[in-house]
This record gives sequence, C-alpha cells and structure tokens, in this order.
Amino acid sequence: MQIHDCFVDQTGELSPDFPGYDDAWLNEVFSEMLFVRCVDERMLKLQRAGRIGFVGSMLGLEATMAGAARAMRPTDWMWSGLREGGAALLRGLPLSEYIAQMYCNSMDTAKGRQMCNHFQHKGTNYPSWSSVIGTQITHGVGAAYASKQRGTDEVHTIFFGDGATSSSGFHSGMNFAGVWQAPCVFVCVDNGWAISVPSSAQTASVSYAAKAKAYGIPGFQVDGNDAVAVHEAMAALIGRARAGAGPALLVLRTYRLMGHSSSDDPTKYRDEAEVELWRDRDPILRFERLLTKRGSLPEGGLAGLRARHEATIDAEIHAQEIVDPMPLRSLVEDIYAEVPTHLRRQYNDFLRVAEKHGEAQKGDGAFPL
Amino acid sequence: MTSTSPLSVIEPDGSVNGHVTSLSKDELMRCYRAMIMVRVFDEICLKLQRSGRIDFSIPNLGVEATQVGAASALRASDWFFPSYRDFGMALYHGVEPVEMMHNMFGNERDTAKGRQMPVHFSFVDPIHFVSISSPIGTHIPQAVGAAYAMQQRGEDTVAICSFGDGGTSSLGFHSGLNFAGVWKSPVVFLCQNNGYAISCPSDEQTASDGYAVKGEAYGIPGVTVDGNDLLAVHQVVADAVARARAGDGPTLIEAKTFRMGGHSTSDDPTRYVPAELVEEWKAKDPVDRFERYLQSRGLVEPDSRAQFHAEARTRIDAAVKEAQAAADPGLETIFSDVYAEIPAHLRAQGQEAYDLAARKGDAAAGDGSFPL
Amino acid sequence: MANLTLIQAVNDGLRTAMSADPTVCVFGEDVGPKGGVFLATEGLTKEFGKNRCFDTPLSEDGIVGAAIGMAMNGLRPVAEIQFQDFIFPAFDQIVSEAAKLRYRSGGQYTAPMVIRTPFGGGIRGGLYHSQSGEAYFCHTPGLKVVVPSTPYDAKGLLIASIQDPDPVLFLEPKALYRKIKGEVPEGEYTVDLSTLRMVREGGDVTVFCYGAMVAVCEEAARTAAESGIETEIVDLRTLLPLDEDGVIEAAKRTGRVVVVHEAPRFCGFGAEISAMIAERCIEYMEAPVARVAGFDTPFPNTLEHHYLPDARRVLDAIERTARY
Repeated sequence: MQIHDCFVDQTGELSPDFPGYDDAWLNEVFSEMLFVRCVDERMLKLQRAGRIGFVGSMLGLEATMAGAARAMRPTDWMWSGLREGGAALLRGLPLSEYIAQMYCNSMDTAKGRQMCNHFQHKGTNYPSWSSVIGTQITHGVGAAYASKQRGTDEVHTIFFGDGATSSSGFHSGMNFAGVWQAPCVFVCVDNGWAISVPSSAQTASVSYAAKAKAYGIPGFQVDGNDAVAVHEAMAALIGRARAGAGPALLVLRTYRLMGHSSSDDPTKYRDEAEVELWRDRDPILRFERLLTKRGSLPEGGLAGLRARHEATIDAEIHAQEIVDPMPLRSLVEDIYAEVPTHLRRQYNDFLRVAEKHGEAQKGDGAFPL
Repeated sequence: MTSTSPLSVIEPDGSVNGHVTSLSKDELMRCYRAMIMVRVFDEICLKLQRSGRIDFSIPNLGVEATQVGAASALRASDWFFPSYRDFGMALYHGVEPVEMMHNMFGNERDTAKGRQMPVHFSFVDPIHFVSISSPIGTHIPQAVGAAYAMQQRGEDTVAICSFGDGGTSSLGFHSGLNFAGVWKSPVVFLCQNNGYAISCPSDEQTASDGYAVKGEAYGIPGVTVDGNDLLAVHQVVADAVARARAGDGPTLIEAKTFRMGGHSTSDDPTRYVPAELVEEWKAKDPVDRFERYLQSRGLVEPDSRAQFHAEARTRIDAAVKEAQAAADPGLETIFSDVYAEIPAHLRAQGQEAYDLAARKGDAAAGDGSFPL
Repeated sequence: MANLTLIQAVNDGLRTAMSADPTVCVFGEDVGPKGGVFLATEGLTKEFGKNRCFDTPLSEDGIVGAAIGMAMNGLRPVAEIQFQDFIFPAFDQIVSEAAKLRYRSGGQYTAPMVIRTPFGGGIRGGLYHSQSGEAYFCHTPGLKVVVPSTPYDAKGLLIASIQDPDPVLFLEPKALYRKIKGEVPEGEYTVDLSTLRMVREGGDVTVFCYGAMVAVCEEAARTAAESGIETEIVDLRTLLPLDEDGVIEAAKRTGRVVVVHEAPRFCGFGAEISAMIAERCIEYMEAPVARVAGFDTPFPNTLEHHYLPDARRVLDAIERTARY
C-alpha cells in the first residue's frame, strides 16, 4: 500500500500526486483547522484568566485533526488522549459540551469528575479516556474486536502520542490487534516531545513507524502538518481496516508549539530555535499560502474567518459561564449502576455537615437507606 | 538489521561446513557433559515429582543446546537473569547439582529457604544466577537495570536475560528492550522460542514475522539461530556478548527450539501439541546432534555418553539423597528476610506461630521461643 | 441437580452464561484448547467456537484492557487471569480504568465485565501461585469483589457477576477447586451479589470468613462445639460492596467476633470488619474483635501449612474470644 508523505508543501505548492480536491473542500479544511486554533486560543486565555483549570494545547496540531476527522464516519470510533479534542469537535462533539467540560459544570457530560480537557461524546463514538498514558489503546483494540465479532463495519482509530509508544498499552494493544486482525488504525501523533522527553530519549528505534514490525502490522508515516496527507493516509488505512485487511500504524510527524499543558513551561527543556522552525511549518499558514495561490481565500481572508469563529466560540463561553455547578449527589453516583448502601450512608453523613454549613442546595437531599 | 533465517552450523550428520568454533576442546566437552547433566537432572526430577517426593518440576528436554550454548559464551563474572527453564546455564558454570536439588525439595539448605516453588533457583556463587520469579518477563527490565549499573561502574561484564516466546508479550519485554535500546545497555536478550507459551502456539502469540524482528521496535539488532545447534547458539551469543562488552549495546536473539515435554509437571501437552510436531523435533535432538559433531572430530568414544550419563546419575542420585535427608526450613524463615531487620509486629507474629506450634506439639516449635 | 466440584460449577456457570447470552466471550491465557490451567474453561472453545472462547497473547494488561473495550462496545467479556498473583500488570486497567469508567464518563460508558482468577494458597504454589490480594481491590470504588466458597455459590455468583452492570473481580479459592463437591442446579440461576451467607448458627461467637477459609472455620466450629462453644459462621462472599448491615446484625447477635482470612493481617479485609464494628455497634461487644490471618510476610512454600490459618488457629481465637 502506498502512503504519500506530503501533498501540500510548506510554500503551499501541490505535489503532482495531489488527489484533486476542489476549492470548496480545501476551504472547509482550512476553516476547520482555524476553528480548532481559535477554540484552543480562547481556552488558553480562559485558563490564564483563572476561569478554567487546565488546557492541553493543540496549537500546531490542527492538520492532524482536520485531516483525520474527515476520514472517519460518525459510526467509527475515536479513542484518544489529551490532544484530540479538536478532532472530536470536527466529528460532532458539540462546542457547548466541549466548553462545559472545560468548566466542569452541570452541563458537562462527565459530571465534572474529570480534569478539564478530558472530553467524550457518545453520539460520535468518542469514549471517555483517562489521564493515564496508553490505557485507551487496548480499549480500542478490544472494542474493535467487538465490532468485528458483532458483524458491524465500524473502524476504530486509536490516537496517542510519541511517549505512549513506550507504554504497556501500546505493546499489548498492537500485539493483540495483530493477532486478532482487529479493524483499527493506530495513530501516533509524534509531536516531538513527551512532556519534556524528546523522541531521541524515548526510543532507539529508527522511527515510530518501524515499531509496527514487531507486531506484524504495516507502519507508515506522513507529514502531520499537511492536512491532505493526513486525510489521504487515514482514509486509506481506515478503508483497509473496514475491508477486513487488519490494523495499521500511522505516525503523524508534527510539533506541539505550546507546552505539554497550561501547567508546563517548555522553555526549560527545548530550544526556542526549534520552536521557530516549526512555527514556520504552521499547518494553517501552509494552507493559507495554498489558498492564496489558488485565489480562493474566504471572504475577509484569514482574519475574517477568524472573527466569525471567535464570535461563535465567545457566545458559547458566555452561555457556559452561568451554568450551575454539579449537584452534590454526583459525588457518589455512577460508581455502580445503583448507589450501594455504604455510599448512601457516607453521602448522608457528608450532607449533614454540608447542610450545617449552608452548602447544600435543592436536589442535594439525603438518600433513603 | 534483523536476520530472520536462523544460523545453523551442525548438519544432521555432524559436519559443519568448515565452521570454526571458538570453543576449545575442553569447553566442547564441558558443554556435552552439561547437556547430559541437564537431561539426567530433568529425568530424575520428573520421577521425584511423579512419585510425590517433590511437588513440581519444569521439563527441559529438547532445549539443552540453547541453554548450554548460551552459557558457554559467557564468563562466570557475567550476570544471568534466567527464566525457570534455564538451569543448564547454572550447571555449565559449575553450580552443584545438590544445591539445585535442595531447592527442588525446598529444604533448609535451599538458598531460597523453601520459600519458592521448585525450579525457582537463586545463586550468587559461582555465578550470579538471579532469583527467579514466576510472573513472566518481570526480570527483563531488572537485567537492563543491572547492566546499566555495570556500565556506570565501567565493568566489562554483561547481563544475559533469557525468556520464552510468550515473554515477548509481557510488559517487561517492552519496557526492558526499550530502555536497553535507549541506554545501549550491555545486555543480551535471549528469546527461547520453544513453540508454545504453555498451550499458546507462537502464531497466536504475535503476528510478527518471528521474534527477532521485534528488536527493530527498539533499535536493537535481532538475530535468529537454530536453538538445537549448540555451536550456532554459542556463536550468536558470543557475537552479541562481544558487542555488549565493546559498548555497542544490546542484541535480541531468537533461538528456535522445541519444548519436548509439557510446560511443567502440572501440564498435559497432548491436549494442544500435535503428535507429529513432537516427532519432527525428536529427529532434531540437540544432544544427539552435538554428539555427532563431537564424533566427527573424534572427541568422543562410542561409550562416552553412557559413561557421562552414569557419572551424572551418580552425582544427582547422591544429591537427591542429601537433599531428601535435609530438614524443612525452620519456622523462623517465614518471618526472616521480609525486611533487613525483623520489625516488631513480625517478631510478635513469629512468637505467636511458635506458641501455637508448641501447643500443637509440633517439632518446628523448638523450645517455643522465636529464635531471631 | 448435579453433584459438582467447585471448578466444575465454574465451568457450568460459564457454559450457562454463554448459552444464554451470545455476547458473552471468555478469554485469557491457555483458556482455549487446553481449557485453562485448572480446566475452568474446558470444552468451551469446542462448544462455542474460537470467537467466543480463546487464548490471548501473554499480557494481563492486554487481556483486561481489551476486555474493557469489548464491554464498552456491546460484548460481555469474562477474562481469566491465570493466577491472581499475575494480575498486577493489569492493576492499572482494573483500578484506573474499569472501576472508574462509569464515574468518569458520567454514566455514558460502562465496563460490565468479569475478571475471574484463582486465588489463595494451599496448593504448594509458593510466593507467586498463592497470594490473596483482595484488599488491594476492595480499596477500589467502582469494582465489585466476589468470592464463592461452595459449588452452588460459585455458579450462581458467577452468573450474577456476568449479568451485573459493573465490573466484577471474581476470586476463586483454588484450594477448593477439587476439594469440595456440592449440589448445583442445572440451567440458569443467580446468587445475589449484596448479601452474605449464613453458614452455621451459634449463639456464642460469630466468625466472619470467605473463600477457602469457610471450610477451615467450619472445622474449627465443630471442635469448639465439643467443648460447648456454639459458633456462628458467616460467609461474606461479596466483599465489595459488602452487606454491612448483615455484618453488624451478626456481630450484635453474639457480641463476640473473629475474622478469618488468608491474606496478611495488616490493612487486610479483617481490619475493615473490625473498624465497622467499632463504629457501629461497639456497645454490643463483649470481647475485642480477634483476627486470624496470614502473617505479614510473603507467602512461603515449604512452610505454607504454618502460614495459612488452619482450624487450630481459628479454634484458638474462638476459644479466647468466647472466654474473654
């Protein structure tokens, strides 16, 4: 199977193999990438302003998200880690739920139990994931096995970072998927750094893609800052898995322009020169150059598009700011299907103290024992 | 950087197509005797287990060339992180059969003080043969850590870490090889692909093209070798050891062999191993094959095997007698070695155990006072 | 009714659940053609096919992680961990994933699954084929921890666990696998996961136990009866969530309590029972709660009969508690 590394180069030139998408298609991708960036920037500002607690910035990774998201069907599953929220948005996670999760308010589908930036969306098969690295990989493989067993044509895309290739979940997940020929695509977003550990210290393998050999799985890599290359590779490998030809590993080479998270200061461990290099390879800039050459930039150019996205996002932030916090009962709910007696008793004890201090609200009442 | 076609030296007739081994005549004979010793030790342990005198054993039949061939490429100062099917390495390097037999009986002279199941050996003399754990693959990152320490102290020793085909799926394999690749550790990973991980055949263990190729995931060269060919195993392990000693980093070796017996005495392999496969491998017996090579060089007489076998038998019979006569470990060994010093709560629990044993009239109670 | 050993009852339970529900899949190391190292899954691959009872590569982390994904996506996985001693590579998946999934997703995603694993000593398994790790898991909200002690309960609790909407760790006392036999109904039935089992009535001392210790306590109770001490025995059987009210009622009945488990004493399950009694019914107690447990040491091999609580150690505690 041939997987092209790059279709749109840094100057906005198309390679001869370019699949021939029209201006409308390219403009959609451009708009999607910019939307993800605007969301990211607004969230970072909210975090700096103390409105939300934590952000895992996606800055620089927009092409991986826009390229991948449009290669999946809504019925396909996306398993992810910290930095795929943009792809989830593009696949159909409502912006309201995205921001509610950032605020951990009562509109948050995870009921404020997770840290900020831990999204989920059942409607597009985007399951809840944990902060523990690599654990979603085996989940995706098991779920892919289930899809195959149940005779559906769902494909599972399983995203993780370069650091996760060292995790147990990667080893077990890739191995099981190889043996089971599970319908899944492993997507390693190699963004250069696992918090502060560079790829060179993460593994001695010649590439992350080479790791697939250890599991009898084909491995590929593409320029992760080229949305077209990402899309074409994802579409090919998802199609291959859907056809029953088994799993594949795709490495998207890209760069995290910000720190690991809003709690991280990347200047402590990496050179500003390296960051500058990658800033010049900005995936949105690359598309802007392409669209400029084609004379098909949207009305008002990048700035106009940006303003329209920001207005949408701001309206939603204002709506989420005033949503109530989670009721206290959520402390002991959803641990089991039914709230067991010992948890009812623990909650009731807790509530007595909360009431004494005037902290209980309507709906926070005691459980019957 | 992976060789997937196994290196093989000894032809079925014992000829070697001009291969020159680095093993001296004495070393060759030492290998031959060690393989026979493994086989005899194995046979006797199986009988002891069948007759109920020991609880458990791990058959080694068929894999002797891998163990002994590898051991012959290492120095006594190197460290061995073995699996439970590796005691040929210990025998080659001069661990006394009686020391092993004490472990089989779990008696008071067992280096592990009867705390482990049989075949879970631990020796520091004459070689570092590191205490074996039953969970699979846990020793792999430990070997890498030990190798890191050797490297940091500037020693020219290496660590060899041996595991089965199933061990490649373990978390220890993934972490261990990845760390060793990044650290360029002086370690040799020996994957003994003996066909089955208990009942799981290799093709259900992984979809990769053999096991040596897994090294590529970690930037580690992979080598495949005929594990029933002692000279070939010696050669690839010696090469890997030389690389490690020279500071060129780890190697992953896949030795293709076959476990002729069950996984353990608790296992019935006829439930899952096709009989014809066993027949096929019987014809590749590693001891017979090595013997034909030695014959071709005129190093053995027609009755050498019988003679070595008888000598081994005498030594191991004596070991059984001695181990069987030794007492059980003292009751205090339940409480010692949990920490460097016995903490107060364990001392109290120890005294409770002695009190109870004394009341039961159990000889283990001694004079009824906790002796440590 | 058939007269089955505990392991046969487990096998029967699996077969019954697989027949009733086509989404039930059984997998783990050596569970396929070999039928499991203890033969718990014997015949299932043949009967239900390789897609529903199969071997996996040797990775407990993979087994449990994949089971979670299957459970999230409409299958009902029953994973086997060959020995509980080998479960620790999967600790992360059990504690941080399976047990927390419902909670962290606000109930959107769940992991209804069973992890079966043989646990406990008594088979000369040394350090790594003997451990009783229930306390690690009972400290994990979101998980259920179930321990049968009879063939009837083994089947009924197993089927209930498979049908349960939450992840269940099903700890099978391997020492009893072939040691005890009992009447087991044919076909499907369940044993409730929230009630304890009264094993024996007696007005002087209450003994709480589970798994392989139940038979040991029964033996001790028979001996105690010879000297006029009547012992009530309670099999806790679902350790999490525990039938706390049942425990308190039983403790109040005699005011004298002994707790018995194989696992080390320190931070063991007995500590929870003791604390619960201290908090909720101390005024009913006539004697301090006594614990009979494994020593706070790793599990030995040759001397395992000294390590494991036996009837004499339990009797000793019953007598001391009765006389106090």
